[in-house]
Amino acid sequence: MTFTPETEKRLQDIWSRYPAGRKRSAVIPMLMYAQDELGMVTQELIAEVAQRCEVSPLQVEEVVGYYSMLNKQKMGKHHVQVCTNIACLLMGGEELWQHTTKRLGIGHKQITADGLISLEEVECAGACSWAPCVVDGYEYHHHMTIEKLDQLLDSIQKKVQ
Amino acid sequence: MFNEPHPDEVRVITKRFGLPNSASIDTYLAHEGYVAFMKAIEMTPEQIIDELKLSNLRGRGGAGFPTGLKWSFIPRDNPKPKYVVVNADESEPGTCKDRLLIQNDPHQLIEGCLIAARTIGCKAGYIYIRGEYRYLIDIMDKALAEAYAHGYLGKNIKGSGIDFDLYTHSGAGAYECGEESALLESLEGKRGVPRIRPPFPAVSGLYASPTVLNNVETFATVPAVLRMGGQAYADLGTPKNGGTRMLCVSGHVNRPGVYEVPLGFSMQKMIYEVCGGIRGGKKLKAVIPGGSSSPVLRADECDFPMDYDNYARMKTMAGSGGMMVMDEDTDIVKVALRTMRFYAHESCGWCIPCREGTTWLRKILTRMDEGTGRRADIDLIHELAKNMLGRTFCPLGDAAAMPTIGFVEKFREEFEARLRENVVPVTSPDQLIAIR
Repeated sequence: MTFTPETEKRLQDIWSRYPAGRKRSAVIPMLMYAQDELGMVTQELIAEVAQRCEVSPLQVEEVVGYYSMLNKQKMGKHHVQVCTNIACLLMGGEELWQHTTKRLGIGHKQITADGLISLEEVECAGACSWAPCVVDGYEYHHHMTIEKLDQLLDSIQKKVQ
Repeated sequence: MFNEPHPDEVRVITKRFGLPNSASIDTYLAHEGYVAFMKAIEMTPEQIIDELKLSNLRGRGGAGFPTGLKWSFIPRDNPKPKYVVVNADESEPGTCKDRLLIQNDPHQLIEGCLIAARTIGCKAGYIYIRGEYRYLIDIMDKALAEAYAHGYLGKNIKGSGIDFDLYTHSGAGAYECGEESALLESLEGKRGVPRIRPPFPAVSGLYASPTVLNNVETFATVPAVLRMGGQAYADLGTPKNGGTRMLCVSGHVNRPGVYEVPLGFSMQKMIYEVCGGIRGGKKLKAVIPGGSSSPVLRADECDFPMDYDNYARMKTMAGSGGMMVMDEDTDIVKVALRTMRFYAHESCGWCIPCREGTTWLRKILTRMDEGTGRRADIDLIHELAKNMLGRTFCPLGDAAAMPTIGFVEKFREEFEARLRENVVPVTSPDQLIAIR
Protein backbone atom coordinates (compact mmCIF):
# COMPACT_ATOMS: atom_id res chain seq x y z
CA MET A 1 0.00 0.00 0.00
CA THR A 2 1.12 3.54 -0.61
CA PHE A 3 0.58 6.21 1.97
CA THR A 4 1.36 9.90 1.96
CA PRO A 5 5.10 10.47 2.57
CA GLU A 6 4.30 11.81 6.01
CA THR A 7 2.32 8.74 7.06
CA GLU A 8 4.88 6.41 5.49
CA LYS A 9 7.65 8.07 7.47
CA ARG A 10 5.58 7.75 10.64
CA LEU A 11 4.88 4.05 10.01
CA GLN A 12 8.55 3.29 9.43
CA ASP A 13 9.53 5.24 12.50
CA ILE A 14 7.03 3.28 14.61
CA TRP A 15 8.29 0.00 13.17
CA SER A 16 11.88 0.87 14.08
CA ARG A 17 11.08 1.31 17.79
CA TYR A 18 10.73 -2.38 18.61
CA PRO A 19 13.44 -5.05 18.81
CA ALA A 20 13.98 -7.52 15.99
CA GLY A 21 11.48 -10.37 16.23
CA ARG A 22 9.12 -8.15 18.26
CA LYS A 23 7.60 -6.16 15.41
CA ARG A 24 4.11 -7.28 16.40
CA SER A 25 4.34 -4.44 18.93
CA ALA A 26 4.01 -1.97 16.05
CA VAL A 27 0.59 -3.30 14.98
CA ILE A 28 -1.63 -1.05 17.11
CA PRO A 29 0.20 2.28 16.65
CA MET A 30 0.58 1.61 12.92
CA LEU A 31 -3.15 0.93 12.58
CA MET A 32 -3.92 4.14 14.47
CA TYR A 33 -1.84 6.38 12.23
CA ALA A 34 -2.82 4.65 8.99
CA GLN A 35 -6.48 4.84 9.99
CA ASP A 36 -6.12 8.60 10.35
CA GLU A 37 -5.22 8.78 6.69
CA LEU A 38 -7.75 6.26 5.38
CA GLY A 39 -10.68 7.20 7.62
CA MET A 40 -11.11 3.54 8.59
CA VAL A 41 -9.32 0.21 8.90
CA THR A 42 -9.67 -1.56 5.55
CA GLN A 43 -8.98 -5.23 4.73
CA GLU A 44 -6.10 -4.02 2.60
CA LEU A 45 -4.64 -2.16 5.58
CA ILE A 46 -4.97 -5.22 7.80
CA ALA A 47 -3.01 -7.28 5.25
CA GLU A 48 -0.41 -4.53 4.88
CA VAL A 49 0.19 -4.15 8.62
CA ALA A 50 0.31 -7.94 9.04
CA GLN A 51 2.98 -8.22 6.38
CA ARG A 52 5.08 -5.34 7.74
CA CYS A 53 4.88 -6.62 11.32
CA GLU A 54 5.51 -10.27 10.44
CA VAL A 55 2.22 -11.58 11.82
CA SER A 56 -0.84 -13.21 10.26
CA PRO A 57 -3.76 -11.02 9.10
CA LEU A 58 -5.90 -12.78 11.70
CA GLN A 59 -3.65 -11.50 14.48
CA VAL A 60 -4.22 -7.97 13.22
CA GLU A 61 -7.93 -8.59 12.76
CA GLU A 62 -8.46 -9.67 16.36
CA VAL A 63 -6.76 -6.52 17.60
CA VAL A 64 -9.02 -4.37 15.41
CA GLY A 65 -12.03 -6.05 16.98
CA TYR A 66 -10.81 -5.31 20.49
CA TYR A 67 -9.87 -1.63 20.55
CA SER A 68 -12.63 0.95 20.48
CA MET A 69 -10.66 3.52 18.47
CA LEU A 70 -10.05 1.19 15.54
CA ASN A 71 -13.01 1.32 13.18
CA LYS A 72 -13.85 -1.01 10.33
CA GLN A 73 -16.59 1.35 9.24
CA LYS A 74 -15.90 4.65 7.56
CA MET A 75 -15.84 7.48 10.05
CA GLY A 76 -16.80 11.06 9.31
CA LYS A 77 -14.23 13.70 8.40
CA HIS A 78 -14.96 14.89 11.91
CA HIS A 79 -15.40 12.19 14.49
CA VAL A 80 -17.27 13.94 17.29
CA GLN A 81 -17.06 12.20 20.65
CA VAL A 82 -19.24 13.18 23.58
CA CYS A 83 -18.21 11.95 27.02
CA THR A 84 -21.07 10.95 29.31
CA ASN A 85 -19.07 9.21 32.02
CA ILE A 86 -19.66 10.26 35.63
CA ALA A 87 -17.67 13.51 35.83
CA CYS A 88 -19.24 14.72 32.57
CA LEU A 89 -22.65 13.28 33.51
CA LEU A 90 -22.61 15.41 36.67
CA MET A 91 -21.93 18.50 34.56
CA GLY A 92 -24.47 17.96 31.77
CA GLY A 93 -22.75 15.48 29.44
CA GLU A 94 -25.97 13.53 28.98
CA GLU A 95 -27.81 16.65 27.80
CA LEU A 96 -24.99 17.41 25.36
CA TRP A 97 -25.24 13.90 23.96
CA GLN A 98 -29.04 14.13 23.54
CA HIS A 99 -28.67 17.51 21.87
CA THR A 100 -26.04 16.28 19.44
CA THR A 101 -27.98 13.21 18.34
CA LYS A 102 -31.09 15.32 17.83
CA ARG A 103 -29.31 18.03 15.89
CA LEU A 104 -27.43 15.64 13.62
CA GLY A 105 -30.21 13.06 13.38
CA ILE A 106 -27.76 10.22 13.94
CA GLY A 107 -26.92 7.98 16.88
CA HIS A 108 -23.94 6.28 18.48
CA LYS A 109 -21.28 5.25 15.93
CA GLN A 110 -23.35 6.57 13.03
CA ILE A 111 -22.35 8.96 10.29
CA THR A 112 -24.22 11.84 8.60
CA ALA A 113 -25.41 11.22 5.05
CA ASP A 114 -22.81 13.63 3.64
CA GLY A 115 -20.03 11.73 5.44
CA LEU A 116 -18.95 14.86 7.25
CA ILE A 117 -19.59 13.96 10.89
CA SER A 118 -19.65 10.69 12.76
CA LEU A 119 -20.79 10.54 16.35
CA GLU A 120 -19.77 8.48 19.33
CA GLU A 121 -20.77 8.44 22.98
CA VAL A 122 -17.44 7.80 24.65
CA GLU A 123 -16.16 6.68 28.02
CA CYS A 124 -14.05 8.95 30.21
CA ALA A 125 -11.82 11.05 27.95
CA GLY A 126 -9.67 12.32 30.84
CA ALA A 127 -11.01 15.84 31.10
CA CYS A 128 -12.93 15.39 34.35
CA SER A 129 -11.88 18.61 36.06
CA TRP A 130 -12.88 20.59 32.97
CA ALA A 131 -16.11 18.74 32.29
CA PRO A 132 -18.20 18.30 30.30
CA CYS A 133 -15.99 17.57 27.34
CA VAL A 134 -16.40 16.89 23.66
CA VAL A 135 -13.56 15.64 21.48
CA ASP A 136 -13.46 16.41 17.74
CA GLY A 137 -11.00 13.97 16.22
CA TYR A 138 -8.13 14.40 18.66
CA GLU A 139 -9.03 17.93 19.69
CA TYR A 140 -10.41 18.45 23.17
CA HIS A 141 -13.13 20.99 23.92
CA HIS A 142 -13.59 21.61 27.64
CA HIS A 143 -16.32 23.23 29.73
CA MET A 144 -18.76 22.46 26.94
CA THR A 145 -22.24 23.94 26.80
CA ILE A 146 -25.00 23.40 24.27
CA GLU A 147 -24.21 26.83 22.79
CA LYS A 148 -20.50 26.05 22.44
CA LEU A 149 -21.29 22.67 20.96
CA ASP A 150 -23.59 24.28 18.40
CA GLN A 151 -20.81 26.72 17.49
CA LEU A 152 -18.42 23.80 17.01
CA LEU A 153 -20.86 21.92 14.79
CA ASP A 154 -21.66 25.13 12.88
CA SER A 155 -17.99 25.72 12.19
CA ILE A 156 -17.51 22.13 11.01
CA GLN A 157 -20.50 22.37 8.69
CA LYS A 158 -19.57 25.84 7.44
CA LYS A 159 -16.04 24.78 6.50
CA VAL A 160 -17.45 22.52 3.79
CA GLN A 161 -19.68 25.06 2.14
CA MET B 1 -6.80 24.93 30.75
CA PHE B 2 -4.94 24.30 34.00
CA ASN B 3 -6.70 25.77 37.02
CA GLU B 4 -5.18 28.50 39.17
CA PRO B 5 -2.91 27.09 41.87
CA HIS B 6 -4.13 27.30 45.46
CA PRO B 7 -1.93 28.56 48.33
CA ASP B 8 -2.50 25.34 50.31
CA GLU B 9 -0.92 23.24 47.58
CA VAL B 10 2.60 21.88 48.01
CA ARG B 11 3.95 21.88 44.49
CA VAL B 12 6.77 19.40 44.08
CA ILE B 13 6.01 17.77 40.74
CA THR B 14 3.81 20.56 39.43
CA LYS B 15 6.18 23.36 40.34
CA ARG B 16 7.15 24.07 36.73
CA PHE B 17 3.54 24.23 35.54
CA GLY B 18 2.80 27.72 34.35
CA LEU B 19 6.42 28.68 33.59
CA PRO B 20 6.91 30.03 30.07
CA ASN B 21 7.55 27.11 27.69
CA SER B 22 7.36 24.74 30.64
CA ALA B 23 7.51 21.70 28.32
CA SER B 24 10.85 22.73 26.77
CA ILE B 25 14.19 21.31 27.83
CA ASP B 26 15.59 24.83 28.29
CA THR B 27 12.98 25.63 30.91
CA TYR B 28 13.52 22.25 32.50
CA LEU B 29 17.30 22.66 32.69
CA ALA B 30 16.89 26.15 34.15
CA HIS B 31 14.75 24.71 36.97
CA GLU B 32 16.75 21.81 38.41
CA GLY B 33 16.16 19.66 35.35
CA TYR B 34 18.23 16.46 35.02
CA VAL B 35 20.03 17.31 38.29
CA ALA B 36 18.66 14.16 39.91
CA PHE B 37 19.85 11.99 37.05
CA MET B 38 23.37 13.40 37.30
CA LYS B 39 23.18 12.53 40.99
CA ALA B 40 21.92 9.03 40.16
CA ILE B 41 24.97 8.39 37.96
CA GLU B 42 27.14 8.74 41.07
CA MET B 43 24.91 6.44 43.12
CA THR B 44 24.73 2.66 43.13
CA PRO B 45 21.39 1.00 42.24
CA GLU B 46 21.07 -0.04 45.90
CA GLN B 47 21.48 3.55 47.05
CA ILE B 48 18.79 4.75 44.64
CA ILE B 49 16.39 2.04 45.82
CA ASP B 50 17.18 2.88 49.44
CA GLU B 51 16.29 6.53 48.84
CA LEU B 52 13.02 5.49 47.22
CA LYS B 53 12.22 3.21 50.12
CA LEU B 54 13.03 5.98 52.56
CA SER B 55 10.74 8.36 50.64
CA ASN B 56 7.69 6.14 51.22
CA LEU B 57 6.69 6.88 47.64
CA ARG B 58 3.75 4.66 46.73
CA GLY B 59 2.42 4.01 43.24
CA ARG B 60 0.17 6.78 42.03
CA GLY B 61 -1.72 4.72 39.47
CA GLY B 62 -4.18 3.07 41.80
CA ALA B 63 -2.77 0.21 43.82
CA GLY B 64 -0.41 2.31 45.96
CA PHE B 65 2.40 -0.25 46.00
CA PRO B 66 5.71 1.05 47.45
CA THR B 67 7.86 2.08 44.48
CA GLY B 68 11.27 1.32 46.02
CA LEU B 69 10.16 -2.20 46.84
CA LYS B 70 8.78 -2.69 43.33
CA TRP B 71 12.10 -1.65 41.76
CA SER B 72 14.02 -3.90 44.14
CA PHE B 73 12.22 -6.97 42.72
CA ILE B 74 14.04 -6.66 39.38
CA PRO B 75 16.52 -9.56 39.23
CA ARG B 76 19.82 -7.86 38.47
CA ASP B 77 21.59 -11.05 37.36
CA ASN B 78 18.97 -11.96 34.75
CA PRO B 79 20.74 -12.04 31.36
CA LYS B 80 17.62 -10.92 29.49
CA PRO B 81 17.22 -7.29 28.40
CA LYS B 82 15.26 -5.23 30.90
CA TYR B 83 12.60 -2.61 30.20
CA VAL B 84 11.08 0.53 31.65
CA VAL B 85 7.40 0.97 30.82
CA VAL B 86 5.35 4.05 31.67
CA ASN B 87 1.63 3.65 32.12
CA ALA B 88 0.15 6.78 30.54
CA ASP B 89 -3.09 5.02 29.68
CA GLU B 90 -4.93 7.28 32.12
CA SER B 91 -8.52 6.14 31.74
CA GLU B 92 -9.92 5.60 35.22
CA PRO B 93 -13.04 7.76 35.19
CA GLY B 94 -12.38 10.89 37.24
CA THR B 95 -8.66 11.04 36.49
CA CYS B 96 -6.98 13.76 34.44
CA LYS B 97 -3.58 14.37 36.06
CA ASP B 98 -1.07 12.40 33.97
CA ARG B 99 -2.27 14.43 31.06
CA LEU B 100 -1.08 17.61 32.77
CA LEU B 101 2.25 16.09 33.76
CA ILE B 102 3.04 15.24 30.14
CA GLN B 103 1.61 18.43 28.72
CA ASN B 104 3.40 20.77 31.12
CA ASP B 105 6.55 18.92 32.11
CA PRO B 106 7.46 15.99 29.84
CA HIS B 107 11.15 16.13 30.72
CA GLN B 108 10.40 15.38 34.36
CA LEU B 109 8.90 12.07 33.19
CA ILE B 110 11.89 11.38 30.93
CA GLU B 111 14.23 11.99 33.84
CA GLY B 112 12.24 9.60 36.03
CA CYS B 113 12.57 6.93 33.35
CA LEU B 114 16.30 7.59 33.03
CA ILE B 115 16.77 7.08 36.75
CA ALA B 116 14.79 3.83 36.54
CA ALA B 117 16.96 2.70 33.64
CA ARG B 118 20.10 3.57 35.61
CA THR B 119 18.78 1.62 38.61
CA ILE B 120 17.85 -1.62 36.88
CA GLY B 121 20.41 -1.45 34.08
CA CYS B 122 18.12 -1.32 31.09
CA LYS B 123 18.55 0.08 27.61
CA ALA B 124 15.02 0.72 26.34
CA GLY B 125 11.72 2.02 27.57
CA TYR B 126 8.24 2.74 26.28
CA ILE B 127 5.69 5.34 27.28
CA TYR B 128 2.28 3.78 26.63
CA ILE B 129 -0.07 6.72 26.02
CA ARG B 130 -3.79 6.22 25.54
CA GLY B 131 -4.81 6.73 21.90
CA GLU B 132 -7.17 9.59 22.70
CA TYR B 133 -4.21 11.64 24.00
CA ARG B 134 -2.68 12.06 20.54
CA TYR B 135 -1.68 15.66 21.24
CA LEU B 136 0.35 14.41 24.20
CA ILE B 137 2.16 11.90 22.02
CA ASP B 138 3.23 14.84 19.86
CA ILE B 139 4.39 16.82 22.90
CA MET B 140 6.23 13.78 24.27
CA ASP B 141 7.88 13.00 20.91
CA LYS B 142 9.12 16.57 20.74
CA ALA B 143 10.52 16.37 24.28
CA LEU B 144 12.21 13.04 23.50
CA ALA B 145 13.84 14.57 20.41
CA GLU B 146 15.12 17.44 22.57
CA ALA B 147 16.49 15.02 25.14
CA TYR B 148 18.36 13.13 22.41
CA ALA B 149 19.70 16.38 20.98
CA HIS B 150 20.99 17.42 24.43
CA GLY B 151 22.55 14.03 25.12
CA TYR B 152 20.11 12.93 27.82
CA LEU B 153 18.97 9.94 25.75
CA GLY B 154 20.88 7.70 23.38
CA LYS B 155 24.37 6.28 23.73
CA ASN B 156 26.74 6.96 26.60
CA ILE B 157 24.50 9.54 28.22
CA LYS B 158 26.54 12.46 29.59
CA GLY B 159 29.66 10.29 29.57
CA SER B 160 28.18 7.89 32.11
CA GLY B 161 28.45 4.82 29.91
CA ILE B 162 24.66 4.43 30.16
CA ASP B 163 22.75 3.78 26.94
CA PHE B 164 19.04 4.35 26.99
CA ASP B 165 16.38 4.77 24.31
CA LEU B 166 12.87 5.90 25.15
CA TYR B 167 9.86 5.80 22.81
CA THR B 168 6.18 6.68 22.84
CA HIS B 169 3.62 4.00 22.05
CA SER B 170 0.01 4.77 21.16
CA GLY B 171 -2.87 2.78 22.61
CA ALA B 172 -6.15 2.52 20.73
CA GLY B 173 -8.94 2.91 23.25
CA ALA B 174 -9.31 0.30 25.98
CA TYR B 175 -9.70 1.00 29.70
CA GLU B 176 -8.47 -2.50 30.44
CA CYS B 177 -5.01 -1.59 29.14
CA GLY B 178 -4.47 0.59 32.21
CA GLU B 179 -4.08 -2.67 34.13
CA GLU B 180 -0.39 -3.48 34.06
CA SER B 181 -0.44 -6.97 32.59
CA ALA B 182 -3.06 -6.05 29.98
CA LEU B 183 -0.96 -3.01 29.11
CA LEU B 184 2.03 -5.27 28.46
CA GLU B 185 -0.07 -7.54 26.23
CA SER B 186 -1.22 -4.47 24.33
CA LEU B 187 2.33 -3.17 24.05
CA GLU B 188 3.23 -6.52 22.47
CA GLY B 189 0.56 -5.90 19.83
CA LYS B 190 -2.17 -8.11 21.23
CA ARG B 191 -5.63 -7.72 22.69
CA GLY B 192 -5.45 -6.14 26.14
CA VAL B 193 -6.29 -9.26 28.10
CA PRO B 194 -4.71 -9.56 31.55
CA ARG B 195 -2.08 -12.16 32.42
CA ILE B 196 -2.22 -14.40 35.40
CA ARG B 197 0.28 -13.43 38.10
CA PRO B 198 2.75 -14.40 39.42
CA PRO B 199 5.09 -13.97 37.67
CA PHE B 200 4.85 -10.21 38.13
CA PRO B 201 6.21 -7.79 35.53
CA ALA B 202 9.34 -7.23 37.63
CA VAL B 203 10.32 -10.81 36.75
CA SER B 204 8.47 -11.40 33.51
CA GLY B 205 7.04 -8.26 31.92
CA LEU B 206 7.49 -6.89 28.42
CA TYR B 207 8.70 -9.66 26.06
CA ALA B 208 8.88 -11.93 29.13
CA SER B 209 11.75 -9.78 30.43
CA PRO B 210 12.15 -8.02 33.78
CA THR B 211 10.19 -4.76 33.58
CA VAL B 212 9.71 -1.75 35.81
CA LEU B 213 6.18 -0.54 35.16
CA ASN B 214 4.80 2.54 36.91
CA ASN B 215 2.27 5.28 36.45
CA VAL B 216 3.34 8.64 34.92
CA GLU B 217 3.03 10.45 38.24
CA THR B 218 5.18 7.86 40.01
CA PHE B 219 8.03 8.19 37.51
CA ALA B 220 7.63 11.98 37.51
CA THR B 221 8.11 12.00 41.28
CA VAL B 222 11.38 10.05 41.29
CA PRO B 223 13.63 12.99 40.29
CA ALA B 224 12.24 15.06 43.18
CA VAL B 225 12.93 12.22 45.62
CA LEU B 226 16.59 12.03 44.62
CA ARG B 227 16.97 15.80 44.54
CA MET B 228 15.41 16.40 47.95
CA GLY B 229 16.53 13.15 49.53
CA GLY B 230 14.13 10.36 50.45
CA GLN B 231 13.65 11.50 54.03
CA ALA B 232 12.80 15.10 53.14
CA TYR B 233 10.27 13.87 50.58
CA ALA B 234 8.72 11.43 53.06
CA ASP B 235 8.38 14.19 55.64
CA LEU B 236 5.98 16.10 53.38
CA GLY B 237 3.38 13.39 53.92
CA THR B 238 2.29 11.16 56.79
CA PRO B 239 4.05 8.04 58.14
CA LYS B 240 4.17 5.31 55.43
CA ASN B 241 2.55 7.74 52.97
CA GLY B 242 5.36 9.90 51.68
CA GLY B 243 5.22 13.17 49.81
CA THR B 244 2.54 14.80 47.74
CA ARG B 245 0.12 13.63 45.13
CA MET B 246 -2.12 15.15 42.50
CA LEU B 247 -5.85 15.05 43.13
CA CYS B 248 -8.26 15.62 40.28
CA VAL B 249 -11.42 17.18 41.63
CA SER B 250 -14.48 17.21 39.42
CA GLY B 251 -18.22 17.51 39.75
CA HIS B 252 -20.24 19.99 41.78
CA VAL B 253 -17.57 22.18 43.37
CA ASN B 254 -16.94 25.84 42.67
CA ARG B 255 -13.32 25.37 41.61
CA PRO B 256 -12.81 21.94 40.09
CA GLY B 257 -9.23 21.28 39.08
CA VAL B 258 -6.07 19.29 39.62
CA TYR B 259 -4.24 20.15 42.82
CA GLU B 260 -1.02 18.81 44.30
CA VAL B 261 -1.33 18.34 48.06
CA PRO B 262 0.62 16.43 50.71
CA LEU B 263 -0.56 12.93 51.58
CA GLY B 264 -2.79 13.26 54.62
CA PHE B 265 -4.44 16.48 53.41
CA SER B 266 -7.95 16.91 54.82
CA MET B 267 -10.77 15.99 52.46
CA GLN B 268 -13.00 18.59 54.09
CA LYS B 269 -10.40 21.28 53.44
CA MET B 270 -9.98 20.07 49.87
CA ILE B 271 -13.67 20.38 49.08
CA TYR B 272 -14.52 23.54 51.01
CA GLU B 273 -11.32 25.59 50.86
CA VAL B 274 -9.20 24.54 47.91
CA CYS B 275 -12.19 23.86 45.65
CA GLY B 276 -14.36 26.62 47.09
CA GLY B 277 -17.20 24.44 48.38
CA ILE B 278 -20.28 23.07 46.66
CA ARG B 279 -21.55 25.23 43.83
CA GLY B 280 -24.80 27.09 44.15
CA GLY B 281 -24.63 26.87 47.94
CA LYS B 282 -25.98 23.32 47.81
CA LYS B 283 -25.25 20.58 50.30
CA LEU B 284 -22.74 17.82 49.70
CA LYS B 285 -24.27 14.39 49.14
CA ALA B 286 -21.38 12.09 48.31
CA VAL B 287 -17.82 11.80 47.02
CA ILE B 288 -16.31 9.10 44.84
CA PRO B 289 -12.78 9.55 46.20
CA GLY B 290 -10.32 7.77 43.91
CA GLY B 291 -11.73 7.15 40.47
CA SER B 292 -14.93 5.30 39.61
CA SER B 293 -13.62 2.00 41.01
CA SER B 294 -13.48 3.35 44.54
CA PRO B 295 -16.54 2.91 46.77
CA VAL B 296 -18.54 6.07 47.36
CA LEU B 297 -18.43 8.05 50.63
CA ARG B 298 -21.48 9.72 52.16
CA ALA B 299 -21.22 13.41 53.07
CA ASP B 300 -20.80 12.55 56.77
CA GLU B 301 -17.78 10.37 55.93
CA CYS B 302 -15.91 13.06 54.00
CA ASP B 303 -13.74 14.42 56.77
CA PHE B 304 -10.48 12.54 57.10
CA PRO B 305 -6.80 13.00 56.23
CA MET B 306 -6.36 11.64 52.73
CA ASP B 307 -3.57 9.09 52.76
CA TYR B 308 -3.59 5.51 51.53
CA ASP B 309 -4.16 4.01 54.98
CA ASN B 310 -7.04 6.32 55.88
CA TYR B 311 -8.84 5.66 52.62
CA ALA B 312 -8.54 1.96 53.44
CA ARG B 313 -9.87 2.61 56.94
CA MET B 314 -12.89 4.28 55.32
CA LYS B 315 -13.34 1.06 53.30
CA THR B 316 -12.58 2.81 50.04
CA MET B 317 -9.34 3.57 48.21
CA ALA B 318 -7.01 6.35 47.19
CA GLY B 319 -7.00 4.89 43.68
CA SER B 320 -5.89 7.23 40.94
CA GLY B 321 -6.76 10.44 42.79
CA GLY B 322 -9.94 11.17 40.84
CA MET B 323 -12.34 12.80 43.31
CA MET B 324 -15.85 13.22 41.97
CA VAL B 325 -17.98 15.44 44.18
CA MET B 326 -21.77 15.18 44.08
CA ASP B 327 -24.30 17.65 45.48
CA GLU B 328 -27.65 16.92 47.13
CA ASP B 329 -29.53 16.83 43.82
CA THR B 330 -27.45 13.99 42.38
CA ASP B 331 -29.35 10.86 41.37
CA ILE B 332 -27.31 8.00 42.83
CA VAL B 333 -29.19 5.31 40.88
CA LYS B 334 -28.21 7.08 37.65
CA VAL B 335 -24.60 7.35 38.78
CA ALA B 336 -24.57 3.64 39.70
CA LEU B 337 -26.01 2.76 36.31
CA ARG B 338 -23.55 4.96 34.42
CA THR B 339 -20.70 3.40 36.36
CA MET B 340 -21.87 -0.10 35.44
CA ARG B 341 -22.45 0.79 31.80
CA PHE B 342 -18.80 1.78 31.74
CA TYR B 343 -17.50 -1.46 33.24
CA ALA B 344 -19.78 -3.61 31.09
CA HIS B 345 -18.42 -1.80 28.03
CA GLU B 346 -14.81 -2.14 29.13
CA SER B 347 -14.81 -5.72 30.40
CA CYS B 348 -12.50 -7.62 28.09
CA GLY B 349 -14.70 -10.70 28.39
CA TRP B 350 -11.90 -13.01 29.50
CA CYS B 351 -13.27 -13.90 32.95
CA ILE B 352 -16.89 -14.99 33.20
CA PRO B 353 -17.71 -13.38 36.59
CA CYS B 354 -16.71 -10.00 35.17
CA ARG B 355 -18.16 -10.38 31.68
CA GLU B 356 -21.51 -11.76 32.84
CA GLY B 357 -21.60 -9.90 36.14
CA THR B 358 -21.17 -6.46 34.60
CA THR B 359 -23.68 -7.22 31.84
CA TRP B 360 -26.37 -8.44 34.24
CA LEU B 361 -25.75 -5.63 36.68
CA ARG B 362 -26.12 -3.16 33.84
CA LYS B 363 -29.44 -4.74 32.87
CA ILE B 364 -30.79 -4.73 36.43
CA LEU B 365 -29.63 -1.17 37.09
CA THR B 366 -31.20 -0.07 33.80
CA ARG B 367 -34.58 -1.40 34.83
CA MET B 368 -34.19 0.17 38.27
CA ASP B 369 -33.49 3.49 36.60
CA GLU B 370 -36.30 3.15 34.10
CA GLY B 371 -38.80 2.38 36.81
CA THR B 372 -39.46 -1.26 36.05
CA GLY B 373 -37.28 -2.60 38.84
CA ARG B 374 -38.49 -5.10 41.40
CA ARG B 375 -38.07 -5.00 45.15
CA ALA B 376 -35.81 -8.06 45.06
CA ASP B 377 -33.48 -6.29 42.61
CA ILE B 378 -31.82 -4.22 45.31
CA ASP B 379 -30.55 -7.29 47.13
CA LEU B 380 -29.84 -8.99 43.83
CA ILE B 381 -27.52 -6.15 42.75
CA HIS B 382 -25.71 -6.35 46.07
CA GLU B 383 -25.43 -10.12 46.00
CA LEU B 384 -24.33 -10.32 42.38
CA ALA B 385 -21.64 -7.69 42.88
CA LYS B 386 -20.34 -9.46 45.98
CA ASN B 387 -20.03 -12.67 44.00
CA MET B 388 -17.70 -10.99 41.51
CA LEU B 389 -15.16 -9.92 44.14
CA GLY B 390 -11.82 -11.68 43.90
CA ARG B 391 -12.95 -14.05 41.16
CA THR B 392 -11.21 -12.53 38.14
CA PHE B 393 -7.68 -12.42 36.71
CA CYS B 394 -7.41 -8.67 36.89
CA PRO B 395 -8.97 -6.02 39.13
CA LEU B 396 -11.61 -4.92 36.60
CA GLY B 397 -14.18 -7.28 38.10
CA ASP B 398 -13.50 -5.91 41.57
CA ALA B 399 -13.46 -2.38 40.18
CA ALA B 400 -17.00 -2.86 38.90
CA ALA B 401 -18.26 -4.67 41.99
CA MET B 402 -16.81 -2.48 44.76
CA PRO B 403 -18.49 0.83 43.86
CA THR B 404 -21.78 -0.97 43.17
CA ILE B 405 -21.78 -2.56 46.62
CA GLY B 406 -21.00 0.88 48.02
CA PHE B 407 -23.89 2.59 46.22
CA VAL B 408 -26.39 0.00 47.44
CA GLU B 409 -25.11 -0.13 51.02
CA LYS B 410 -24.82 3.61 51.49
CA PHE B 411 -27.77 4.85 49.47
CA ARG B 412 -30.23 1.99 49.75
CA GLU B 413 -33.03 4.45 50.48
CA GLU B 414 -32.58 6.00 47.04
CA PHE B 415 -32.99 2.65 45.34
CA GLU B 416 -36.11 1.98 47.42
CA ALA B 417 -37.52 5.41 46.68
CA ARG B 418 -37.06 4.69 43.01
CA LEU B 419 -39.29 1.62 43.31
CA ARG B 420 -42.02 3.65 45.04
CA GLU B 421 -41.89 6.51 42.55
CA ASN B 422 -42.16 4.28 39.61
CA VAL B 423 -45.27 2.27 40.16
CA VAL B 424 -46.81 2.46 36.70
CA PRO B 425 -50.35 3.86 37.01
CA VAL B 426 -53.11 1.91 35.31
CA THR B 427 -54.86 4.41 33.08
CA SER B 428 -56.68 2.45 30.42
CA PRO B 429 -58.81 -0.71 30.32
CA ASP B 430 -56.34 -2.18 27.79
CA GLN B 431 -53.66 -2.20 30.42
CA LEU B 432 -55.95 -3.98 32.86
CA ILE B 433 -56.59 -6.69 30.33
CA ALA B 434 -52.90 -6.99 29.70
CA ILE B 435 -52.20 -7.39 33.38
CA ARG B 436 -54.90 -9.99 33.80
